Amino acid sequence: MITLSRREFHLFQAAGQDFLYLVPSAAIFALDQPSAAVLNVLGNASRSDDDIVAALAGRFDEVAARAAIRELVEVRAIGYEQRPDPVLPKMLPMAAFPLNTMVLNVTNQCNLACTYCYEYGEDKIVDTEHGKQSKFMSEATARESVEFLLKESGPSRIAHLTFFGGETLLNFPVLQATIAYARQRAAEVGKTIDFSLTTNATLLKPEIIEFLAENQVGVTISIDGPQELQNRFRVFHNGAGSYEVVAPKIKELLKRHRSRPIGARVTLTSDTLDITRIYRHLTEEMGFWEVGFAPVTTSPQQQYAIGEHGFDKMLGQFRALAHEFLENVAANKHHGFSNVKDTLEEIHKGVSKAYPCGAGLGLLGVSTDGDVALCHRFAGSDAHKFGTVRDGIDRETQRAFLEDHHVADKTDCQKCWARPLCSGGCYHEAHVRYGTTTRPNLHYCEWIRGWTDTCLQIYGELSERNPDFLARFDREEVKAEAVL
Amino acid sequence: MTHLKPINQKANRVVDHVKAEAEGPVKADVVALQQTTPQQPHFPLGCSLVFSPGWEADSTGGTAGLCQPVERDIFDCHIGCFWPAQVPDQLNHAPDWTAKCASAQKDWRKLDLVFPG
Repeated sequence: MITLSRREFHLFQAAGQDFLYLVPSAAIFALDQPSAAVLNVLGNASRSDDDIVAALAGRFDEVAARAAIRELVEVRAIGYEQRPDPVLPKMLPMAAFPLNTMVLNVTNQCNLACTYCYEYGEDKIVDTEHGKQSKFMSEATARESVEFLLKESGPSRIAHLTFFGGETLLNFPVLQATIAYARQRAAEVGKTIDFSLTTNATLLKPEIIEFLAENQVGVTISIDGPQELQNRFRVFHNGAGSYEVVAPKIKELLKRHRSRPIGARVTLTSDTLDITRIYRHLTEEMGFWEVGFAPVTTSPQQQYAIGEHGFDKMLGQFRALAHEFLENVAANKHHGFSNVKDTLEEIHKGVSKAYPCGAGLGLLGVSTDGDVALCHRFAGSDAHKFGTVRDGIDRETQRAFLEDHHVADKTDCQKCWARPLCSGGCYHEAHVRYGTTTRPNLHYCEWIRGWTDTCLQIYGELSERNPDFLARFDREEVKAEAVL
Repeated sequence: MTHLKPINQKANRVVDHVKAEAEGPVKADVVALQQTTPQQPHFPLGCSLVFSPGWEADSTGGTAGLCQPVERDIFDCHIGCFWPAQVPDQLNHAPDWTAKCASAQKDWRKLDLVFPG
């Protein structure tokens, strides 16, 4: 007997309706009553068409039931057991994938000593104190990096250069000179370079703020929230908290720098898990346009690591804030919870990832000596080196990396419906937890599925209540920051 | 589609694809060069289902210069293929039948007859 059974998908409800998130295509369909009933009747069993139609008799006529079955088969939500879907080939990206974003570690030194820092804490990969890498990037290396970016960006008209550290502003002179040089060189080859940086804000002063505003440099501030939360981990070398120093400087920056929206980036730990309060403080009291949260990357034995219980708590808080985002956006008001917005954009486009992020592909990190690495978190690590800015990308290493890290090879992910968006999660997180970048981050699967489900629900709600908001993602040139 | 309503960009592409398929074989579908071919059934080397010169006879019509050892089929036919080669029942009666035969090409003489015990 020819029987039907479920293929891979995730069902969710929003705005009083059933939705289907298909895996691995990442397509989303709204279900009407007959199609929802077909999936329901089918359950986890396998039944023939006639059997399903018979089970639905009395509720839906045969024509509707058969049509619903056909459509579900067409989009591969269900399928005939005797006719399995073709096995997806493991496709590696094109050989010379254009470089989109280069993260330049202009220094590996920092004037803060945040206890949880992946660069200096106990989980660090590279020895920045006694290691072979220079402590500051020279102007010459920065120029070579710009040439590298222009060359490796291939046919792209626009490339992104992000300055990073250590504390980026410790090397402000090189940053300043590099922007001028990059602008000139980009103009000569007919390209545009977009600049941004991440800083702890301790070294901001009027001249620097002026420069950043005039040059339209995107700024992300690393900050953990109100005074006692910020001072819990983000401390100077003498142990003094940094809130008192950064707060007035950030307000100054937000007042003067209006050419780009300025975002805060919060590191969450088990000790500072109070998302709503942090969000309120940073947006309403400080004036940030957007706030993004990320759990601290650390080995599980650290006291501040977010354990299983912490992930549940974090999910509850994320959900509450996400709901607030939904209500605001449904009423056409801005809300700066950037984690949701970024995910909504990926959901809208139906992104289905072979790799968790662009690292090693469209994004590369550059160490102070000009070594090219997987991403900024691995800059300076010989084990994750992809060449140098002088010699270019080592294509063989890159290819081997892409070969080893494809989601098709992550066995655990093959049974997970959230893999189109997650694809195993951060390489650096995996490296710190399991000692290898190839492993999927199994310690936060439940959190990822919970959070993805929440974002899907919000997406479903918005598709009913404010489709115009989602339609903005259709326009290619609209970047996340320009939406609302 | 009347029962499923596409919501995101990818769903619209799926619908377009379904429509195009309904109108006949999808034309001008781009297939990347590196895309692997769909999985084929496994034909062991020298299988009588495929024409494979150099298997049954060498270039002179004899068997002295075969490009594959005839002994290969002992394993390729009865392990990798549906074809029921005449071999002892290694599951129940003769689990160690191949114990001394690490390489069929070299050790095929060590594959002995099995007598009912």
